[in-house]
Amino acid sequence: MNIIVCIKQVPDTQDVKMDPERGTLIREGVKSIVNPFDLYALEEGIRIKERTGKGTVVALTMGPPQAEEALKEAIAMGVDRGILITDKAFAGADTLATSYTLAKAIEKIGSPWVIVCGRQAIDGDTAQVGPELAAWLDVPQITYVSKILEIDEKRIKAERLTDYGYDVVEATVPCVITVNKEINEPRLPSLRGMMKAKRFKPEIWDSSSMDVDRKYIGLEGSPTRVIKIFAPPQKIGGQKHEGTPEELAKIIVKKFEELKII
Amino acid sequence: MIDYFLTEEEEIIKELARKIAEEKIKAKRAYYDETQEFPWDIVKIMAESDLFRIFIPEEYGGFGGGVMSLTVAVEELSRGCAGIALAYAGTALGTFPILLFGNEEQKKKYLPRIAEGELAAFALTEAQAGSDAGNIKTRAEKRGDYYVLNGTKQFITNGGEAGIYTVIALTNPEKGARGASAFIVEKGTPGLSFGKKENKLGIRASATREVIFQDCKIPKENLLGKEGMGFIIAMKTFDYSRPGVAAQALGIAQAALEEATKYAKERIQFDVPIANFQAIQHMLADMAIKLEAARALTYQVARNIDKGNTKITKESAMVKCLASDVAMEVTLNAVQIFGGYGYMKEYPVEKLMRDAKITQIYEGTNQIMRNIVASQLLKEVK
Amino acid sequence: MPKRELRVIKENCTGCGVCEEVCPYNAIEVINGIAVVRDNCVFCGICVESCAFEALKLYEEKPEERTVPEGYSGVMTYAEVLNGELSRVSLEILSIARELAKRLNTNVTTLLIGHNIEKHAKALINHGADKVIVVDHSELNRFIDEKYAKIFVTAIEQFKPEVVIGGATAVGRALFPRVAALLKTGLTADCTEFDIEKETGLLLQTRPAFGGNIMATIKTEFTRPQMATVRPRVFKPLTPEERDGEIIKLEYEPHKESFVKQVLDVLITEGETVNLEDADIIVSGGRGVGSKENFKVIFDLAKELNAAVGASRAAVDAGWIPYAHQVGQTGKTVSPKIYIACGISGAIQHQVGMRSSDFIIAINKDPEAPIFDIADLGIVGDLFEVIPVLIKEIKKKKGE
Repeated sequence: MNIIVCIKQVPDTQDVKMDPERGTLIREGVKSIVNPFDLYALEEGIRIKERTGKGTVVALTMGPPQAEEALKEAIAMGVDRGILITDKAFAGADTLATSYTLAKAIEKIGSPWVIVCGRQAIDGDTAQVGPELAAWLDVPQITYVSKILEIDEKRIKAERLTDYGYDVVEATVPCVITVNKEINEPRLPSLRGMMKAKRFKPEIWDSSSMDVDRKYIGLEGSPTRVIKIFAPPQKIGGQKHEGTPEELAKIIVKKFEELKII
Repeated sequence: MIDYFLTEEEEIIKELARKIAEEKIKAKRAYYDETQEFPWDIVKIMAESDLFRIFIPEEYGGFGGGVMSLTVAVEELSRGCAGIALAYAGTALGTFPILLFGNEEQKKKYLPRIAEGELAAFALTEAQAGSDAGNIKTRAEKRGDYYVLNGTKQFITNGGEAGIYTVIALTNPEKGARGASAFIVEKGTPGLSFGKKENKLGIRASATREVIFQDCKIPKENLLGKEGMGFIIAMKTFDYSRPGVAAQALGIAQAALEEATKYAKERIQFDVPIANFQAIQHMLADMAIKLEAARALTYQVARNIDKGNTKITKESAMVKCLASDVAMEVTLNAVQIFGGYGYMKEYPVEKLMRDAKITQIYEGTNQIMRNIVASQLLKEVK
Repeated sequence: MPKRELRVIKENCTGCGVCEEVCPYNAIEVINGIAVVRDNCVFCGICVESCAFEALKLYEEKPEERTVPEGYSGVMTYAEVLNGELSRVSLEILSIARELAKRLNTNVTTLLIGHNIEKHAKALINHGADKVIVVDHSELNRFIDEKYAKIFVTAIEQFKPEVVIGGATAVGRALFPRVAALLKTGLTADCTEFDIEKETGLLLQTRPAFGGNIMATIKTEFTRPQMATVRPRVFKPLTPEERDGEIIKLEYEPHKESFVKQVLDVLITEGETVNLEDADIIVSGGRGVGSKENFKVIFDLAKELNAAVGASRAAVDAGWIPYAHQVGQTGKTVSPKIYIACGISGAIQHQVGMRSSDFIIAINKDPEAPIFDIADLGIVGDLFEVIPVLIKEIKKKKGE
């Protein structure tokens, strides 16, 4: 029974800034990190094993060779296995090709119990891979999970965040879930974990290790294409006011009246 | 950037301790400083991250790391918050008597618990016995298979929170200091109680309490070493733990230096950042010079201890004295560089200044440290 | 298989290192004065844009003969019914759908799935739909991703729209990817702008990436339909008018899946409006609020203005307010009429979640706080002093 957590190494967009003059990204030593939502996914995967006493936690990532670093972090947290899918043929994949490739890897891993993904990657921000993965695997999906209520070999019951509150949803397993930050607090690695991670070598699979149809991977398998990148419209700050609370409140109320909200 | 040639294990420890400081301690330190609440949630994280295993030998569930590993961990944690770090460092202090003088049964019984994250404390100081440690009055009377402890310890770090206490008490009052022995006392033992939590200037997240013994009966197996060895055990313990105090001071000073340097670059006066002014630059330079010198000595002493050099009483005292004096100077100057803002609680430097002060006082005041250094020096030089 | 490559034109490269600076993936570096591309390049093109010397070009081998699937025309929108009500975004996207349909010389069809939802068809038509496909069944009264996706796929296969758009809501972002993968077609999430490429008639989909630090324009060339989810509150619904439209009822056949999925319970968060994405006014609190109890002042102001309450990540992480209120890159993205940021410094991750608000008011003690760079009205003051007085003034104006 495999608990498969899909993770991605992303640039730390916190450090990414726009140069307003050049209209380009300024990146002073932006480091690569494990996608923050994926840390919650890893934590939940490990917790599922801890609470049920069952399952093997497998961290899976698709990326260039340095994505091994992301797997090391997962090992340091306490996952049992780490698999790196890497191949030049996978490069340039959009979410459809990525989710296809991950699905093929999951088929190869076998015995999927629950597949855990972070809600979205902070570089692409699409939140598409999770549901697309579920479609390729023909399994149910529960997105934006904020709490797993029950889980066993047959089904999973979870709370998912909606626009008006929460739904309690139940599905049979195997199942894909995407998690949001409410679900847990990711643990820090332990020293034992970090030492294990230092010595860790991931299993490395390429396009020939898996049963892939070439037309669905990489660039060819990507129906969407980015044709242009530009700076977002810069918002310019308006007037700043100082004064006594009374003076300031009056300024705000005047604006409220102008905007017709009172 | 100077390289201290840390081992792979020391690098991992440093990285993890820094992560804990950055991701968990930083956000909460102002809260714990304000409320003086004990940071159990962070202690839990430190335990789960295996930090307590660092100074415990492998056969008892630890990693068998030495003083250097401990130093690195304490420095990084203290850079986050010295008060919170003290829950950890204070446990190490309370563990050394068992590590250095415990018999197999005692080690087997207590060290695994500490490795899992149970806190420990070291109890020597009393109201009338600070620097004059020999003036302790707490008695331990042998009665059959037990010792009965009576007396009050004061200013004990982790007092009331720790589960395991290593206590110095007089088994033979007539012999004075030579009549002291060391014991292990567990929380929950009838006759062991605690005073109110002290309201402190700094390291406010650390719990400091009186530890009170009233006919506190402990099994005779809890005697560490032999009767009469109490002060030998205490002094040896301090040799090992003083680099830890130095590490604390280094962490505080490092945080202060970083804050002050960042601020100097941001603060504009007379149309330029104040970092442009030589007065500020020289202050920062002096802070950096002294900090690095203190660090280099601290690491060297720690490595000496790990390599089995037992003749480092003088250097241990030196490094505690130096690092804490440097921390005090660095934090005072950091507040000065922040100017008016440095005086405000919203800015992090006033806390650093308050935290630094204790490092000049506990585990032997710096005056006692100087006594030790002088006395050793006079012995060495013929 | 088409090959893509980022090529360095050595004659033009000056080794200035700007490309190395801007690459978010550490995939290009200057070695011996010339830029060298590493094998983790993802062809995002940011460096190409940044090169002042035109020394970088993205090359692509001509793909094998690929043809656009035939017979697809029309713009389809997805209408969402939340707790019996037609969601606002369903009407918003009709306005852009009409615009796109005009340019493509075609019409707008809306897919409406649920139970007892036929009554909403008229509203959809009055807001711009030419046809409404209604799939009504008791089994569909709650959103079940798998069932809805299968119906959507059937509808698309039947009606063959060239463009399909829906709101980037919790439902939209769960449903659309599943449908896109089932159809093996392209999907772009959270779009803020659309256009039609003149030469090809392709849908140009523009959306933020890297946490909103850049905008990317995307197209789906060789698969159909071109699918996209639309950020709520970017487009305004058309003024409804009496229109003619066709209502088509589609039979729902309960599917025999190999798995079971059901919604057991629906918990609607009481009291304070959590649906930030629909709110006209949002009052948001950040680190400056200081505690859970202090958030009362934010809730009080929100009550006075009939506003929703938002929060920055700092406030949520500190446990002062639940995650459902978080606005920002890892929370919700909002664009209300008015966003009032109280005690929020305005780090970029928060900004990207709210900077497309129509009017931003910031209240912060620190005049250097980055929030003031994007606030239309900046109030430098202590929120605990200003807000109580503000509430008093509002009450006065309301005549209470």
